[in-house]
Amino acid sequence: MAALVSSHLPALQVVLALLAAPVCLLLRRPNASWAVATAITWTLLAVSIALLERVLQSGTIIYALGGWPAPWGIEYRIDLANAFMLVIVTVIGSAVMPYARASVEAEIPVERIYLFYCMYLLNLAGLLGIAITGDVFNLFVFLEISSLSSYVMISLGRERSALTAAYRYLIMGTIGATFYIIGVGMMYMVSGSLNMADLASLLPDVGGSRTVMVALAFITVGLGLKLALVPLHMWLPNAYTHAPSVVSVFLAGTGTKIAVYAMMRIIFTVYGGMGVFDDFGLGEMLMALGIIAMIGASAVAIYQDNAKRLLAYSSLAQIGYIVLGISMASVFGLAAGIVHLFNHALIKAGLFMALGCIFLRIGSVKIEDMKGLGKAMPVTMAAFVAGGFGLIGVPLTAGFISKWYLLQAAIEKGWWLAIIALLISSLLAIIYVWRVVEAAYFQDRDKKAPAVSEAPVSMLVPMWVLIGASIYFGINATMTMDVAIGAAEALIGGIQ
Amino acid sequence: MSVEQIILYAVLTPLAGAGLIALTGARPNLREAVTLATGLVLFALVANLYPVVAAGQTPSVSLLEMLPGLSLSFVIEPLGMIFAGIASFLWIVTSVYSIGYMRGHHEQNQTRFYVYFAIAISAAMGIAFAGNMLTLFVFYEVLTISTFPLVTHHGTADAKRAGRIYLGILMGTSILFLLVAVIWTWSLTGTLDFTKGGILAGKADGLTAAILLGLYVFGIGKAALMPFHRWLPAAMVAPTPVSALLHAVAVVKAGVFSVLKVAIYIFGADFLFTIATSRWLLYLAAATVLIASLVAMTKDNLKARLAYSTISQLSYIVLGAMLATDLGILGGGMHIAMHAFGKITLFFCAGAFLVAAHKTEISEMHGIGRTMPFTTLAFFIGSLSIIGLPPTGGLWSKWYLALGALEAGQIAIVAVLMISSLLNVFYLLQIPFNGFFSGKDGDKAAEIKEAPVSCLIAIGISSTACMVLFLYPDPVYDLMRLVVGS
Repeated sequence: MAALVSSHLPALQVVLALLAAPVCLLLRRPNASWAVATAITWTLLAVSIALLERVLQSGTIIYALGGWPAPWGIEYRIDLANAFMLVIVTVIGSAVMPYARASVEAEIPVERIYLFYCMYLLNLAGLLGIAITGDVFNLFVFLEISSLSSYVMISLGRERSALTAAYRYLIMGTIGATFYIIGVGMMYMVSGSLNMADLASLLPDVGGSRTVMVALAFITVGLGLKLALVPLHMWLPNAYTHAPSVVSVFLAGTGTKIAVYAMMRIIFTVYGGMGVFDDFGLGEMLMALGIIAMIGASAVAIYQDNAKRLLAYSSLAQIGYIVLGISMASVFGLAAGIVHLFNHALIKAGLFMALGCIFLRIGSVKIEDMKGLGKAMPVTMAAFVAGGFGLIGVPLTAGFISKWYLLQAAIEKGWWLAIIALLISSLLAIIYVWRVVEAAYFQDRDKKAPAVSEAPVSMLVPMWVLIGASIYFGINATMTMDVAIGAAEALIGGIQ
Repeated sequence: MSVEQIILYAVLTPLAGAGLIALTGARPNLREAVTLATGLVLFALVANLYPVVAAGQTPSVSLLEMLPGLSLSFVIEPLGMIFAGIASFLWIVTSVYSIGYMRGHHEQNQTRFYVYFAIAISAAMGIAFAGNMLTLFVFYEVLTISTFPLVTHHGTADAKRAGRIYLGILMGTSILFLLVAVIWTWSLTGTLDFTKGGILAGKADGLTAAILLGLYVFGIGKAALMPFHRWLPAAMVAPTPVSALLHAVAVVKAGVFSVLKVAIYIFGADFLFTIATSRWLLYLAAATVLIASLVAMTKDNLKARLAYSTISQLSYIVLGAMLATDLGILGGGMHIAMHAFGKITLFFCAGAFLVAAHKTEISEMHGIGRTMPFTTLAFFIGSLSIIGLPPTGGLWSKWYLALGALEAGQIAIVAVLMISSLLNVFYLLQIPFNGFFSGKDGDKAAEIKEAPVSCLIAIGISSTACMVLFLYPDPVYDLMRLVVGS
């Protein structure tokens, strides 16, 4: 039995959450659904860690779904890159679940709570599916599962504007998915395959055809929409701002990250042999977009009055960092991008959790309403400050590690513009973090405002677990960097 | 206890102290006892390291591997020993002073003050014992962040504005320039270890080295080289003990210490001498010496005047490093110690004037020598040390700096040193002279009203130390001899 389970771990990763979602629908009771979702998420965390260990020990795992061999059947192919992604998604999910209970009760009407957990599980299944699959069409299916469920989760926000935000995301997300599937269709047209590894070996033979490159263009734009690459980001600030706190936490930590991973996979694995960086100018294009995101979004973040929106713009900038790492197409650059996927997931999820705690207590996340919270909610605000340091990239936080490798890779490439942009973006981060700090620590709470107490322990602990992890992986980054460098080598192997 | 353990404990002791101070915050007497005890333990640890370094050994220890191939590691070498010795000794003195000052001045949030103070000292120890540039950078940033709550201690609009300038310049320069320089060095040489003779020689061509040097020197904003000096006067809104220990000793000395470290162990004096920008930076440092002295003269606020005086004196050390000769570096290193004792005395006195007489402006201090003779006398001694006159230790560092300038064939620099000393005479001695000799004679016999006793003890220790260093500069001199290696 144990051997059976162990050999089918890759399938479990997707199937468990997919099957648990309808269970929540049947249960209909908030606490029961919460318990199911938590149990499933924690199990998946164990599974993904087991998978990562196995990949570290014995290399790539190839799993034919239903026993149908590739390229006819769907193949799950797990190397260090997607094993790491599975861990990122499940880590964030596992921290979110204990936090969710109190926050969801406060923000979502009780009769809809089971819906939230159902959608959350579907979303989780979709994200894990994207990470694990080795098939471009299968990836589309999971992309849609995760997107559709996140539209619903966002619309659960209690303001009416949540509906507009979700609708906007729906439109943009659907365009993105359509572009992606058009690209996949074109690849299928010229190669007759949907398997990533198979495509990687077939495409160079038809490389001269314009269709293949147009396919890449469609896929890049499609995934660019999903990962909110500036200027395709319009849906994200509203979605993050108006979604329930828990949803913001989970999406900020996982949603865009997984789309970034998908883009890495397509560019480096599927198109690995195509010379897209040398002949096609993809590197320069992504670098330009990354830089625009880093500077532009950070600058916009400074002017936000709503802390959630501020963090949303900061996310756009941080995605710019990751895209910059991809654009370098070097092991260190890509490793920096990959490690930042992890580091930023911890930091940003932790920060959104802090805002969730604040929203729970004062019913607002406007910066002007956060006056004096340094005294009233010291544990929460300390977490916010520590997370803010991570965004800036202060030493001894995980953000520093990402920045170090990005800078190192940029220096080795001689990309001075990118270096300057990175540094300016960090300075802008100081300013937008400072705005919140100034309100919380240098201004007093209004005399008339009701007294505020610290958030419940069930929310503080997960928040500090994530923030603590972001500090731990900033002090001792050997493990994460080894994995990230290994993942980068696995991805970039196709190019070299 | 092995030497390696002592090094780690020296960094961790103040940090543990900070924790204990936070826990004992409800009982001020116990809390202050913890601060003092931590200071004594720390100084004992550092003192234990001295014989090892003096014997020419440089033991090292690695804490953990932060990045693949790059560790947080510590090493004790003579220059770091000087910095650690001064910072740990003066922490005790400042703690004694703080007790009287903070209570006498009825400051709020005293627990927070002592906690961040201890963390800042821990960061200073980390900088002093840093074994490579990564470790130094990490603790450099920790020092910036941990001193920020001290600068903004009063939480007023002024404090907030000063905090912005402080954080903006110090973090801005370190992120924009220093971090790039460190990573660039790492990518050029594959090491960041502090190595005698430097690691860049032969690895970086002329232009790269010239740019790198600029990035390092401007990136170390704590050295307050113009035009990145504005944070230091801004930081003067902090309570006086902070200005005294941090902005005359720990923080600014961490800056010039880092400049010296980079000059000696990253570039190496010989290679540094060949880099074009080292000349320009030398002249910039000389200009800073003069301009800051001139600005100091225009300041009527005593702490502001002392701040500009500090900027000027810090550039002596940068100047010594950029001379890139043995004697220049020797003088620069010694000046770290000599200026520390002189300037902390002056700040202690400034705080005493504030607490006892509620005076902050120099123009109000006529005749203050009659009510506060002890403090005014100590101010006089501290001034002599800054000027570089006997019987104070300040003489020696200026002496070697001038010799170093001659050795490098920079006559103009010698002239700058002389002019600056004259300016010092003018803007510093004016205060004790007016204190003793001017004011209305017709006053009824003025009553003596000095600052709290603990302040006076601290002032006594630091001003005595200025004179002791004149007669007995050997520990500092011997250590610097080991650095320049002849």
